[in-house]
Amino acid sequence: MLTFIVRRILISIPTIVFVSIVVFGLQLLLPGDPALALAGEERDPQLIAELRRLYNLDQPIWRQYLIWVGNVLQGNLGESIRLKMPVGDLVAAKLPVTMQLASMAILIAVCVGIPMGIVSAVKKETYLDYGANVVALSGISVPSFWLGIMMIMLFSVHLGWLPASGFVKPSESLSQNLKTMIMPAFVLSSVTTAIFMRHTRSAMLAVLRSDYVRTARAKGLREPRVVFRHALRNAIIPVVTLGAIQLGELMSGAVLTEQIFTIPGFGKLIVDAVFNRDYAVVQGVVLCTATGFIFLNLCADLIYFMVNPRMRG
Amino acid sequence: MKRVVLPLLALSLMTSVASAQQNLRIGLAEDPDILDPTLARTFVGRIVFMAMCDKLLDIDKDLKLVPQLATEWSWSPDQTAVTFKIRPNVMFHDGEKMDAEAVRYSLDRHLNLQGSFRRSEINVVKSIDVVDPTTVKVSMATPFAPLLAQFTDRAGMVVSPKAATAAGANFGAKPICAGPYKFVERVQQDRIVVEKFKEHWNASAYSFDRITYLPIVDGTVRLANLRSGQIDMLERLQASDVAEVKKDARVKFASLTGLGYAGITINVANGDRGKTNVLAKDKRIRQALELSIDRDAINQVVFNGEFNAGNQWVPPTNPWYVKSVATPKRDVAKAKELLKAAGVTNPSFTLMVPTGNEGQQVAQVIQSMVKESGFDMKIQQVEFATSLQTAQKGDFDAFQIGWSGRVDPDGNLTAFIACDGGQNDGKYCSQDVEAALKLTRSTSNFEQRATAYEKIAKVHADDVPRIYLYHPTWFWAMSPKLAGFQPVPDGMIRLNGMKMN
Repeated sequence: MLTFIVRRILISIPTIVFVSIVVFGLQLLLPGDPALALAGEERDPQLIAELRRLYNLDQPIWRQYLIWVGNVLQGNLGESIRLKMPVGDLVAAKLPVTMQLASMAILIAVCVGIPMGIVSAVKKETYLDYGANVVALSGISVPSFWLGIMMIMLFSVHLGWLPASGFVKPSESLSQNLKTMIMPAFVLSSVTTAIFMRHTRSAMLAVLRSDYVRTARAKGLREPRVVFRHALRNAIIPVVTLGAIQLGELMSGAVLTEQIFTIPGFGKLIVDAVFNRDYAVVQGVVLCTATGFIFLNLCADLIYFMVNPRMRG
Repeated sequence: MKRVVLPLLALSLMTSVASAQQNLRIGLAEDPDILDPTLARTFVGRIVFMAMCDKLLDIDKDLKLVPQLATEWSWSPDQTAVTFKIRPNVMFHDGEKMDAEAVRYSLDRHLNLQGSFRRSEINVVKSIDVVDPTTVKVSMATPFAPLLAQFTDRAGMVVSPKAATAAGANFGAKPICAGPYKFVERVQQDRIVVEKFKEHWNASAYSFDRITYLPIVDGTVRLANLRSGQIDMLERLQASDVAEVKKDARVKFASLTGLGYAGITINVANGDRGKTNVLAKDKRIRQALELSIDRDAINQVVFNGEFNAGNQWVPPTNPWYVKSVATPKRDVAKAKELLKAAGVTNPSFTLMVPTGNEGQQVAQVIQSMVKESGFDMKIQQVEFATSLQTAQKGDFDAFQIGWSGRVDPDGNLTAFIACDGGQNDGKYCSQDVEAALKLTRSTSNFEQRATAYEKIAKVHADDVPRIYLYHPTWFWAMSPKLAGFQPVPDGMIRLNGMKMN
């Protein structure tokens, strides 16, 4: 057990090093001189020289990388050039917002997508099934920025029910927080809802045709009991696995949704940083995300190891 | 029962109106950068500074200098020093006194703080001397008339020396100035809140208790917020929304021509391209190019006629516009004649256009216009930061540029056409222009400066080192109940006199 854990951790180290090189290399791919871009309209040569010195842009690339890695190892992700704030603080402030948004989206997807999938499988080839399929297809094909703007037009401008954008912390007012988050969460969930619906439907269709379900029906069990107690339990397993993958997808989908609804989260942080060439923020955010994914993978491996005896061989 | 309920209802209505009146919510087109007047560099940040940080001077809608923290100012006879009388009994938000020493400290900070974006604006300043607690003398090595205009923006903002010394480079996290509103809180990318500073020297002119600035980047969403009552005002309404907003009774519209311009810089002598560029060979070819362009058509086609066509570095509405050098009308026949006289047929060149915005559309319209005169114009789209670098190196024939504009015309012109100008990417150099530019800087007398600018405009129109195309307009939209907003060409939102009816 211990050997396995140590081995997995050791394998993660080169991955993180590789990610850090890629993340750092990204800034080289961005065209133009960063100092020139930062210096603004005036292009004051003295300021450009100062910016180069301040952000080590006058150093060779390998040394810039080593300075950055050295700082990261000491827990210093650098400072936002635009806001003059530690990147670590920005990440810590934004992450909970995006996590709330992603969690709400997955909750909506589960509450809407799975029942729709069940109904559509049970009532196969009826209008209910066709209707659910149309909804699912629309969820996948409608671009989220368009859906977002249409929802703002309807619920904020015409009906006046919900604020068009912005964010209120749950600690300030939970009801206001939910009011501001419901539309973005719905928009963000649209694709996932559709995916859940499609997967639940096909899994349910397969299970409903299986022998044990036929047996259950032959035993005279009532239909709801057959569907929910016998069929759904087996059909839901792949959907749950899918949910875990989708959570990662939602975190990246939040980039666009946060931009439309002006939600000050992780996604908006990185988009603004890219547009403003705030490299320290881009590097910090991408490194945190990548490390997070590596850590989650490590955890998943450990859990498999614990629950699956075959892996221990 | 009714007797109790009705007055209660009325009271609650009154309170809700009153509380709505207390807070003005303004939708911004971007999230401002650091809120330190020395280190800030974005346009949008200046809008927030207008509430928090008073400046030595301000401008009115006609671009005339008006007093703010300085009540009077006078030039020394040799025009190398300005003496400011500082408004007495003014306090910073931290209760410290705003006096001549604080002004000296702030200007010194703008000049010397590492990474200062203000240094280039006022680097002509050689010394700042406190004459007495209400008098400051700013001296320069050589006369520089545009200096006063610099003090109408961030370079003229005075910060609390005590707070700035304590906070150092971190001052922007909680700026302490002497403006009508003091900083309350900032949630990055979400909101900036300021509240009324009751001890402000002109507090009675400001009716709102609180101002909340909400950065909403998407123009459509920003407008939707205004229409749904989530915000009371927005800046930089999209040109494409103007026609619709003008018809909408739920929204009030305001607009004003700004200080900036868009145009084309021609590489006349920068690097190898400056030698091979056909446009550099003969000024008649450049004149022909200018005559092939219909500026009004560009404005109509790309900007729905909402911008202003223009042929100079300042818009025709600006007091510094040289009326005797009017915008030439499109004349294809004459353009062809000029090309013939210059001995070229079908001159071919590339226009470098930074990506984004309407630049590409403008370039396409120009391409089709100049084709009629015989020009073969290619369009090369380049990412913005790269285009700046390429332009500096001189690796271009013609470069489509935009400039946000400055209060003094010097800020729109000198760096671009002076022989050693920092942004003279085309490397144009004319001794006549050089002498006139020197004159414009050496005197603060309007007539003398205007005469020198007229000389420059004439030489410029003949040499055509740059072709100015149009001047963008600022658009604002607001609640119909919001009154008292005065548009000024710098695009700022001045809160004095604004109130909710």
